[in-house]
Amino acid sequence: MLGFVPRGFRKAQHELCSSCLQVIVDTPTSPVTSGLPLFFVITVTAIKQGYEDWLRHRADNEVNKSNVFVIENAKQVQKESEKIKVGDIVEVKADETFPCDLIFLASSSTDGTCYVTTASLDGESNFKTHYAVRDTTVLCTDEAIDSLTATIECEQPQPDLYKFVGRIIMYRSNQEPVARSLGPENLLLKGATLKNTKKIYGVAVYTGMETKMALNYQGKSQKRSAVEKSINAFLIVYLCILLSKATVCTTLKYVWQSNPFNDEPWYNEKTKKERETFKVLRMFTDFLSFMVLFNFIIPVSMYVTVEMQKFLGSFFISWDKEMYDEEIKEGALVNTSDLNEELGQVEFVFTDKTGTLTENSMEFIECCIDGHKYKDCISEVDGFSQTDGPLKYYGKAEKSREELFLRALCLCHTVRIKQADQVDGLIGHPECKNTYISSSPDEIALVKGAEKYGFTFLGLENDFMKIRNQKNETEMYQLLHTLNFDPVRRRMSVIVRTTTGKLLLFCKGADSSIFPRVQQEEIQQTKVHVDRNAMDGYRTLCVAFKELTQKEYDRIDRQLNEAKMALQDREEKMAKVFEDTEADMHLIGATAVEDRLQEQSAETIEALHAAGMKVWVLTGDKMETAKSTCYACRLFQTSTELLELTARVVGESERKEDRLHELLMDYHKRLIQDVPKPRGSLKRSWTLSQEYGLIIDGSTLSLILNPSQDSSSSHYKSIFLQICLKCTAVLCCRMAPLQKAQVFPLYSPLTEQMLFMSCVLADSWVCYLFVSCSSAHITPTETPGFAAVSDNAMLQWRPFLYWTFLGAFEGLVFFFGVYFLFHNSSLEDNGKVFGNWTFGTIVFTVLVFTVTLKLALDTRFWTWMNHFVIWGSLAFYVFFSFFWGGVIWPFLKQQRMYFVFAHMLTSVSTWLAIILLIFISLFPEILLIVLKSIKERSHQVRNKMKYCTAFLQRPLLLSTR
Amino acid sequence: MAVNYSAKEEADGHPAGGGPGGGAAAGGGGAVKTRKPDNTAFKQQRLPAWQPILTAGTVLPAFFIIGLIFIPIGIGIFVTSNNIREYEIDYTGIEPSSPCNKCLNVSWDSTPPCTCTINFTLEHSFESNVFMYYGLSNFYQNHRRYVKSRDDSQLNGDNSSLLNPSKECEPYRTNEDKPIAPCGAIANSMFNDTLELYHVENDTRTAIPLIKKGIAWWTDKNVKFRNPTGDGNNLTALFQGTTKPVNWPKPVYMLDSEPDNNGFINEDFIVWMRTAALPTFRKLYRLIERKSNLQPTLQAGKYSLDITYNYPVHSFDGRKRMILSTISWMGGKNPFLGIAYITVGSICFFLGVVLLIIHHKYGNRNTSADIPN
Repeated sequence: MLGFVPRGFRKAQHELCSSCLQVIVDTPTSPVTSGLPLFFVITVTAIKQGYEDWLRHRADNEVNKSNVFVIENAKQVQKESEKIKVGDIVEVKADETFPCDLIFLASSSTDGTCYVTTASLDGESNFKTHYAVRDTTVLCTDEAIDSLTATIECEQPQPDLYKFVGRIIMYRSNQEPVARSLGPENLLLKGATLKNTKKIYGVAVYTGMETKMALNYQGKSQKRSAVEKSINAFLIVYLCILLSKATVCTTLKYVWQSNPFNDEPWYNEKTKKERETFKVLRMFTDFLSFMVLFNFIIPVSMYVTVEMQKFLGSFFISWDKEMYDEEIKEGALVNTSDLNEELGQVEFVFTDKTGTLTENSMEFIECCIDGHKYKDCISEVDGFSQTDGPLKYYGKAEKSREELFLRALCLCHTVRIKQADQVDGLIGHPECKNTYISSSPDEIALVKGAEKYGFTFLGLENDFMKIRNQKNETEMYQLLHTLNFDPVRRRMSVIVRTTTGKLLLFCKGADSSIFPRVQQEEIQQTKVHVDRNAMDGYRTLCVAFKELTQKEYDRIDRQLNEAKMALQDREEKMAKVFEDTEADMHLIGATAVEDRLQEQSAETIEALHAAGMKVWVLTGDKMETAKSTCYACRLFQTSTELLELTARVVGESERKEDRLHELLMDYHKRLIQDVPKPRGSLKRSWTLSQEYGLIIDGSTLSLILNPSQDSSSSHYKSIFLQICLKCTAVLCCRMAPLQKAQVFPLYSPLTEQMLFMSCVLADSWVCYLFVSCSSAHITPTETPGFAAVSDNAMLQWRPFLYWTFLGAFEGLVFFFGVYFLFHNSSLEDNGKVFGNWTFGTIVFTVLVFTVTLKLALDTRFWTWMNHFVIWGSLAFYVFFSFFWGGVIWPFLKQQRMYFVFAHMLTSVSTWLAIILLIFISLFPEILLIVLKSIKERSHQVRNKMKYCTAFLQRPLLLSTR
Repeated sequence: MAVNYSAKEEADGHPAGGGPGGGAAAGGGGAVKTRKPDNTAFKQQRLPAWQPILTAGTVLPAFFIIGLIFIPIGIGIFVTSNNIREYEIDYTGIEPSSPCNKCLNVSWDSTPPCTCTINFTLEHSFESNVFMYYGLSNFYQNHRRYVKSRDDSQLNGDNSSLLNPSKECEPYRTNEDKPIAPCGAIANSMFNDTLELYHVENDTRTAIPLIKKGIAWWTDKNVKFRNPTGDGNNLTALFQGTTKPVNWPKPVYMLDSEPDNNGFINEDFIVWMRTAALPTFRKLYRLIERKSNLQPTLQAGKYSLDITYNYPVHSFDGRKRMILSTISWMGGKNPFLGIAYITVGSICFFLGVVLLIIHHKYGNRNTSADIPN
């Protein structure tokens, strides 16, 4: 909790140094003069950091001190969650959050499953099914679970939420130890919430900082904004200036002092101590004195100012009415103020399609069986009906094929049924007794679809799947294996045994992953439907099956079990088995499922575009599906010219690299070379009249990113990026999850012309811009490389240099103006003279007024607060100077300023000089404004339209996480 | 500079056309107490704001106006400064021909003091009150070590500081184990030449009365500098236990015969203690008041300056001057301000013309396409 103290000090380290020096070295400024600002800086920083730490601490406490029940000696013991040790058996009840990463041992349900939502980890709010270790599912009481003796081997902690490899070995009396493999489906992550299960028992495997959640949080404190980074770069320059200035001054001092009557004239003798110190030491301390004297060149208070601004700015984010969501009754939540200002500079928004642009609530629309289309012509509001309602058949397939297809839909899924009374808060159907639960809404839609056509899935009991067919008979299928869905394979399969003993494999998946695995002659008729459905924006899935012989099955069974037990390369082995198993299938048909757009997603995309952001949609869907969604949400306008880089245009032949090269060159020419580069590099490319959109698919992207060793293709990447930067919208379809991650680091090398930040909206990050969606996170990530920063720093150097030179100019004006004025120091009308303190006071007064008025010149919007602060500062300065000089201060050794300010103001010459010097100092600034306005005016007329749109740039404040 | 009064929403431009939430959110208030942010102007950043718009059209007239104000002021100051009579004599005695050359290498304690007389002629009469300054060159009264070498509480009459001066006064803090009053390098190096001015008419020298009071700041004389307090007004007794500064011939309580100009409140001393900003400086020495309206204060003619040359400056290559000057409302003669005002005013005016031409060029071309702001 006290961490903020050192943090506060770190900021003020420099000043701390200088005031320490002041104690050691005989310095020109008094310790009070430099100590007070230091004190202020430290105090303010510490208070701010302390406040944020306190908030964090409070949040930590909520988690760490929450009570959990640990089973010790067959009894429940209440413990604080931070006291859980690895190996403790923990009991978690429904709607509680897992206190650490647990291996799922047993649950209140006899089948050893539980439902979990990981919304707070990855934003996915749907329910995921986790499975208990098979041999421990029966241990569902405190006593039973205590009897378990087992050891668990697992891998070292790693941050990937979806990976886990381990093994549990159970020892039972009089029996051989039993080993079972553990995978991610057995692991309950800290931060996830238990749903729809009364309670579970789990054994802690990772706790504290080793949990996957904690590992994902690491590096949070490292976030530093681009502004902070460039400030640091500028400070280094100032530090160099400071050092060289001190060196030059020390040198000049000794040159001047080489003349003995300058070094020690009779009127100004040295003390004994001064005379006795060694010359080298004296030079060193002189150097340090100059450092202290000039240390104000390093604006320490700037850090505090910037920090305070961000801190207060974060309040405005959470106060923002337009960020408030009426539905969930929550406004924006700011977790850290470190990156506030970057939010206004977001250049790219990466968004997932499903669940972000769309609602991720699926509805079965139509299907096709052997090329015949089946569409329900009655639109059902709840999408769910028990009737065998009139179905419109567009031609008919054989009855047996229809039934096979519907059975496939009923069997090939991981949907589970929950009794309604057990369920609360679930999107269910109140009139219906049963509710389907699945990790994927597509599956539910399909099962419901099958139900419409008469095949109802009744549930899974003891490895038997029950379905009710059209004739109201109950069919039983033994579920032998589930080859789970994974985004790389893009398909899933089940192997079932019918009551007659037939072994069937049903497989459903994306067309691209099914078509190569079925008989080629079956594809054509289905493909037509799939393509048409995709054009309409539906999500399509193909269904295939094959019959297995007992021999084949035995082999598969053996291989699968081997692969499941492997500790090393388990995933590769599994993938290999899946690959072998799901081959030579027969295509039965395809389904189309609609995923509706989120409310207002079109408006949001338009607003993002209007703000000059470039939106990238990354999706695994088919190009046609994704494209029509993109049109629907206005990512692409009808006027947008689409550039395509997909397998379709590139082709599949060996010459595809050449073709790709041609296309890239062509697009590059159209977008970059033919367009006159706008002057002023900060202008965003969206001012171009023609908007371009790019469509690229996963295979082409990997061709660009990982070209073959051909040297000519190695620069595809940079050309591609240049094209991307010119496009207002980019759609990446058919992306594998890994590729999605690859896209972000692409940017670092090529952001020459923009302040840039990427906003990751991966699968799980849901943008709060969609006002109506429930979980709201947008994560500003670090720009991956330093290259981007150094590039855009070039731009910032210009203002930096301008300000530095202006500062130098002003410094010269202040000093030499007063210097010439003081050639005759009798400036009062009574002939009395002014001394050095008046000199300094005049310089300082000019300085304060100039700086404040400069601030006023740069103020664009004058609210009462601006008036109050700016004029108040000046008034306060005058008032304070009078006050400070009006009293003999008993605690001061020297009364240097006594009545100096008041005397200064009695002189008309001083007034005139102050006004003149302020004016001269501000003159370049005013001149620049005038020149700019003249230039802008001429520009404005020429680009009338462009500048109008500039006002559209409203700050889009997002909630940060 | 035009000021455009506009509320912030308008200044923002279009109220978020299709932005998130659009205008819809504005209406929703008034419901049950929720965590909904307050709809206050401050929290929603809708405080009424003025937006000053600096355009060529508004700034250019300002340039002309500033030019038109500055140039006359500058001329006024310049004329005033030129009307000030000032006469300056360097009496250091560097040149062998100078009467003060014999005193050039004088030391602090030479007895009898070296004296010299310099004759000069005023070409023009000095009509109003004349102020007599002494000026020193290459004297670094602004040296850091020097400026600090004083004890203000001692000078303010604090009895404990009188006997135990501040360490800042080193090495002029004590002498022969007695505290120095006033301590420090500044006091120690107080200017102690005596200047007397005579009007020479037909070989008869008439002393011109020099007023030594009213040369220091009133607040210094009456508040900042005070003699030590104690029984009676006998300064000798009050300064008991202290010793004079090393270079002074007499202790501080013998600076002047008049009690209200003696000790720490001696005005010559106070003037000296106000350290100068630059190495070449002047300090007010005496006042010459105009006697009657009929006669000028100093008529044109021959004068002689009697100098008691005590103050050595040759060792640090310094110079000493005596300056006679009249004073105007703006103080002494100083051509800088006037010239600076005239220059800046002219530049402003000139730039105004140039920019007006540029502006006009663009304005003519685009008058039809002008966008109202």
